[in-house]
Amino acid sequence: MATDPELLSLKIDYKRNPMLPWPFQIQRVKHETEDTFTVELQPLGALEEFAFQPGQFNMVYVFGVGEIPISISGDPAKSRMLVHTTRAVGTVTKAMDKMRRGDILGIRGPYGTPWPIDHANGLDVVFVAGGIGLAPLRPALYEVVAHREQYGKVVLLYGTRTPLDVPFRQELENWRARFDLEIYVTVDRAMSGWRGNVGVVTNLISRAPFDPRNTMAFVCGPEIMMRFTTMELHKRGVDNEHIFVSMERNMKCAIGLCGHCQFGSVFVCKDGPVFQYGKIKDMLVKWEI
Amino acid sequence: MEDLKNILAEHPFFKGLNEEYFALVVGCATNLRVDAGKMILREGEDANQFYLIRSGKVSIQLMTPNKGPIIIQTLHEGDILGWSWLVPPFTWHFDAKAIELTRMIALDGKCLRMKCEDDHDMGYELLKRFADIMTKRLESTRLQLLDIYGDRS
Repeated sequence: MATDPELLSLKIDYKRNPMLPWPFQIQRVKHETEDTFTVELQPLGALEEFAFQPGQFNMVYVFGVGEIPISISGDPAKSRMLVHTTRAVGTVTKAMDKMRRGDILGIRGPYGTPWPIDHANGLDVVFVAGGIGLAPLRPALYEVVAHREQYGKVVLLYGTRTPLDVPFRQELENWRARFDLEIYVTVDRAMSGWRGNVGVVTNLISRAPFDPRNTMAFVCGPEIMMRFTTMELHKRGVDNEHIFVSMERNMKCAIGLCGHCQFGSVFVCKDGPVFQYGKIKDMLVKWEI
Repeated sequence: MEDLKNILAEHPFFKGLNEEYFALVVGCATNLRVDAGKMILREGEDANQFYLIRSGKVSIQLMTPNKGPIIIQTLHEGDILGWSWLVPPFTWHFDAKAIELTRMIALDGKCLRMKCEDDHDMGYELLKRFADIMTKRLESTRLQLLDIYGDRS
């Protein structure tokens, strides 16, 4: 799957057809943890930039293998470099994990609703992430950090399995070193040398430094984690209107046609993936949606 | 002693406790400082105290034969450490170690246990408060057991 000269001379406006992937070339593959990796991509042909909003996702096509939705994990201010972070767990992501610099991926997007960061102006912002759920929140973190003066306290609460499963390690260290960001990481289990927190991420909420009456919370992770996170946020006094969650479903067309990602009365690809918690809370506890 | 009384009075764990019982609790309290890396309690030892963490960080851990100590949970400022003093056979089931310099108030559980036996109303008051802590820790443990972070792809 090396670069084809024909791909480099593409002139077709792929944007006109939302079902047609645009070729992107892998510039760098970085292994964040044992099973999580980040790919940095640049568009080929006439497309020079790729603008997106934090929280949006792309359909990523490994040619000959398949297409899957993956959240964008890069900095929205750097539109010349598209960044995706994912775990190698399925057929497509395992194939992606084997790809190297110079290989080509097909990209359709960006799709979906973004994190409503502009609504958080003047408020404390709390990010709660679990596992690979940190990746869809990272662009929002970049955005908030870039305009830090517009927000009150900025807090990231992140939970994962073990210290070895923490992605974006250097970046988290850099953010932790800043005086205007509060970064807390907790793991489910650790050996004796670990000096950080051990316990589920929801344990961090009760002691996190934010004013619940003036807080916007962005939550991303496994659904069960998001449910318990919202319970803890409610206990602190954050209401449903100020809690946003990112849902994950099996998106196929990504434009609200095929129905694969239908979640009750909404399509996650088109109406989400970012939802105000109050709008979907009843569906989160229902069986067989 | 006045300092200890004030600190205990402000802690949510003792909120609403009547004056008589609170005075008994204060009488059983002492200040304690544990340096980073030092053990606070060990599995199998007699559990005759419990602790209110004023500052620092404590790991609850379990020694395993092949992997060494595994940290199960960390406790922080404001948390209560230890409830085995209240439940037979009154021995610790886990180890606890100060991860960093930790200041605590140690409460004489053996003394309180005897007072609870004499005054069941007081025993019920304390049990209700510990039941709340136990419930929260159980909820957290259940989530940990679910291994929830592995699901999202």
